[in-house]
Amino acid sequence: MENRQKEIEKLKDYKYGFSTDIENIKAPKGLNEDVIKFISNVKKEPQWMLEFRLKAYERFKQLKEPDWQKPKYPNIDYQDLYYYSAPKSMDKKPKSLDELDPKLLETYKKLGIPLQEQARLNGIAVDAVFDSVSVATTFREELIKQGIIFCPISEAIQNHPELVKKYLGSVIPLTDHFFATLNSAVFTDGSFVYIPEGVRCPMELSTYFRINASNTGQFERTLIIADKGSYVSYLEGCTAPMRDENQLHAANVELVALDDAEIKYSTVQNWYPGDKDGKGGIYNFVTKRGLCKGKNSKISWTQVETGSAITWKYPSCILRGDNSVGEFYSIAITNNHQKADTGTKMIHLGKNTKSKIISKGISAGFSDMTYRGLVDISSKASNSNNYTQCDSLLMGNKCGAHTVPYIKNKNSDSNIAHEATTSKISEEQLHYCQQRGLSAEEAVGLIVNGFCKEVLQQLPMEFAVEAQKLVGISLEGSVG
Amino acid sequence: MKEQLQKDFDNTIKNLNLSQKDIEIKKFFLDNFLNKGFPDRKEEDWKFSDINQIIKKNIGELSFFNDYTSTNKVDTSVFVDGLEHNKIVFINGRIEKIDFDYEKKEQIEIIDQSETINKFDNNNSLSDLNNALTNKSFKIVIKKGYQLLKPLIIYHTTNSKIWSKNINLRLDFELQEDSCLRLIDLFNDTSEKNFLNIFYNFNLKENAILKNYKVDKLENKNIKYSFNNIEQNKNTISETFILSSGSNFFKSEINCNLKGEHSSAFVNGIFSLNNNKHHEIRTIINHLTENTKSFQLIKSVLENSSKAVYQGKIFVNSDAQKTDGYQLSKAILLNKESEFNAKPELEIYADDVKCSHGSASGSLNEDSIFYLMSRGLNYNQARELLINGFLLDVVEKITDSEIRNLIKNMIGIKE
Repeated sequence: MENRQKEIEKLKDYKYGFSTDIENIKAPKGLNEDVIKFISNVKKEPQWMLEFRLKAYERFKQLKEPDWQKPKYPNIDYQDLYYYSAPKSMDKKPKSLDELDPKLLETYKKLGIPLQEQARLNGIAVDAVFDSVSVATTFREELIKQGIIFCPISEAIQNHPELVKKYLGSVIPLTDHFFATLNSAVFTDGSFVYIPEGVRCPMELSTYFRINASNTGQFERTLIIADKGSYVSYLEGCTAPMRDENQLHAANVELVALDDAEIKYSTVQNWYPGDKDGKGGIYNFVTKRGLCKGKNSKISWTQVETGSAITWKYPSCILRGDNSVGEFYSIAITNNHQKADTGTKMIHLGKNTKSKIISKGISAGFSDMTYRGLVDISSKASNSNNYTQCDSLLMGNKCGAHTVPYIKNKNSDSNIAHEATTSKISEEQLHYCQQRGLSAEEAVGLIVNGFCKEVLQQLPMEFAVEAQKLVGISLEGSVG
Repeated sequence: MKEQLQKDFDNTIKNLNLSQKDIEIKKFFLDNFLNKGFPDRKEEDWKFSDINQIIKKNIGELSFFNDYTSTNKVDTSVFVDGLEHNKIVFINGRIEKIDFDYEKKEQIEIIDQSETINKFDNNNSLSDLNNALTNKSFKIVIKKGYQLLKPLIIYHTTNSKIWSKNINLRLDFELQEDSCLRLIDLFNDTSEKNFLNIFYNFNLKENAILKNYKVDKLENKNIKYSFNNIEQNKNTISETFILSSGSNFFKSEINCNLKGEHSSAFVNGIFSLNNNKHHEIRTIINHLTENTKSFQLIKSVLENSSKAVYQGKIFVNSDAQKTDGYQLSKAILLNKESEFNAKPELEIYADDVKCSHGSASGSLNEDSIFYLMSRGLNYNQARELLINGFLLDVVEKITDSEIRNLIKNMIGIKE
């Protein structure tokens, strides 16, 4: 217990809030065709990729920023942002870690993500993305032996154009919505994963996103393809320095699962949430979508959302293949002035498809949290099932917790069950814990961890420990 | 539509004999409606039921002028037998009869308030339409301490004299301290393809009790929208029951403001639909102060490409500690083409609350059917029995035994 207390003490403030002083190359400020051409040029992209971007930009110009979401934010001036920023030392791609700028290595070490393979993180392969570029990807050789491709997407565009061409934009089309289309036009880097037929990926793959430069939007793009009968578990972590201005993060993540394949995608999102008065912090407007393209495929999203000033995302599953399965496990915690509007969409198109949604929301301080989700069983998806449970926990009467589920059942063979509750931590539970010698804070921590347990269990081991700590820290100071 | 509406509006005004000021107000609402038009799916509240499309598809061109100068004969055969009751009779939108024969005259006041327009605080363009075009609007006041001996039945009768018409009705009720009103709305249509737009406002003073039962049972091809606004002060109870079945399209909205401590609201509903019908119930329960309660139960049985929508919202203000809010919707889909959509919403700003919602939809339970068939029932009997039991649950929630039996008889539910 004492150790835990110390740990909390140490992490009391946002421990990832430092920034790295490093020389950057930036695209000229603003958004126009020239900037897009600049990005494409810097990345030495083939012509088709540039065309893809420009097509998206054309579309973007016609789109209106959506405003139906609950957390409102001040207008973003899209011409006042840098769309590309990369450490200068990354200009010439370092061939190995020895050539990598020591400052970058230091940054990741401080974040607890050692990039040197000797300091291997229990067999996790990491792709580290720093602002707009991927700085290092570990364990690549070992993965290649099995035919697994794990590399920055900018490399994949050059080395595996046939795969990228086929799948990029196949789940989130160019014309999808405002932020997704913006991302398609200006995305800079991100991870690309291809698991060949029948391969079970031997280690966890992970990407670590870091925003460093100020006034920069981060637009990364992740594409994961699991070929027939393969399996992959993918983790994603994010942090950013403490800055007074709000920064935009608009990523696209596309997952494709073919016949009998399974993708497990876990996120621990800990972007800088802003200070106690709600100043600064990241706007996390992310589009994540998985397509269960083949029969018997499965996609499972797990997310622990503790950071960001505003979180606005709906990791979704399109269950097209017969017998496919979609899952969504989420813990979202908001404190101080944070706002979140998050949930999922389960779109059942194939026969015998199943989906499960477990969402736990905790709001404290002056924060506001919304679960918004869609379950849509189409008329062709006979014999499909959905189970949804969303629970909210409120701490104090200055915060809000909302549930907005959309439930559409167009099929008489299919069943949908939805449950939601909202409550606070009961006096009896607190009393019971305190009677046994826990302080009020510890008691709350324990109860909250129990509340979240169903979701925490879904996380891979290393992440689960981290996430559990994070849950405790995020609620620090919200009791009593 | 715009020219037609403007013309019909001018004709309506001509017949009404209003003061200049009232005409101005009506014009204001008309302009509002002309600007907005009928709500469509772009509006969040109308996402599942695009009434603009529905009117276009089912009616086509509406006309908005109704000649109310001549009286209609009241057909007594539609009156409910075996239950003594007070009556208000609307025929084709015209009030033909107000009769409180069973009550003490001095305890009920009926105020003709056609000339004072009361505004509804919702952003719905249908309330603008209603404000612009209603021609007679009564306020019924139940005096302090008076509890009506017999229920009041409002007959909404339409007959084949009207076609493609828009009818706008408005009634205002004030239930003074310690009073009680049992109100049944009975829809009786032999007309086709009209659009009825009905607004009720209820003001419940301390300790008042309102029970409102809406029964839309008879098959008809009309399109209906009804909006109930219920203001609740301290210790009041409101009970609303909706049987949504007969019309081609029916959207019932209940907006309940729980403003006084220890007030409670109950909303129960049944959708029993077939043949391409499309019905919706939308509820908004606003818990605005401490110690208030709400309970909602909606059950649907859907056949033959029918569609039911339930949008229920529980709002809890940050002052409204110790709130209980429950909501449950269940649907049985009997056909492949039938559809059930739900949006059960919670918006909560207070922490010491107990709120929950549940929603389930699916087919009839095959195991139960098997069980019943194994005991000698045939498939249809077994199915009937299960549906019966499923719906009985809601009917049993009706607290008034007389009316409960009446409604049971109407829908043919057996115990």
